[in-house]
Amino acid sequence: MLAIVTPVSFALLGIAFLLTVVRLVRGPSLPDRILALDTLNINAIALIVVYGIQLRSTLFFEVALLIAVMGFIGTVALTKYLQRGDIIELN
Amino acid sequence: MNLNTVVEAIVCVLLLTGSLFTLIGAIGLARLPDFFMRLHGPTKSTTLGVGGVVLASVVQFTSLRELTSLHEVLIPAFLFLTAPISAHMLAKTGIQQRVSLWAPTRGRPAPGGADDAPPPAGAAERDAEEPRA
Repeated sequence: MLAIVTPVSFALLGIAFLLTVVRLVRGPSLPDRILALDTLNINAIALIVVYGIQLRSTLFFEVALLIAVMGFIGTVALTKYLQRGDIIELN
Repeated sequence: MNLNTVVEAIVCVLLLTGSLFTLIGAIGLARLPDFFMRLHGPTKSTTLGVGGVVLASVVQFTSLRELTSLHEVLIPAFLFLTAPISAHMLAKTGIQQRVSLWAPTRGRPAPGGADDAPPPAGAAERDAEEPRA
């Protein structure tokens, strides 16, 4: 049963990935593109977790956690740059 | 019907639910007409989908290893904490950048309001590169 469901789950997540890439390419404004990049990070986390279920390996959780942290920091930095024109304002 | 079949069925249902929620969020991101509407899909549906997928993996590895493996729950916990923050910052950026709104969208940002800060350095060049409707 799991041998059928895992490829189906891969297919659904892959379609989600492609739709997000469509928005990343089309996106009329810069916040749309940042949102699409953030969604790509979250989709990548889901794909990695499903891959870990398929391989029966717990090795991929650290990878997914790192992608989550780095994606959040990247989103915050990009939005901060668009809002203020600077990321780390020292003075 | 032994225990392994039940566990496998639970894992399958959670996997399919999570993937479907992620797909629905991506469809919303691709199809909705307005930036502030498109913000809804990834921030709610996709985050819930990742939660479902990780829950499936928790059930799977708990049944495989014969001990509860809860450190995977860190991923959706972190995502549930950070998704509202990034959505808030993206919405503020959208208000400040004056993204084009769909005609029936109500609640426009007020001109000269609190969020109408003076344009940051470098905004003039960006405006010249990318004219918005």
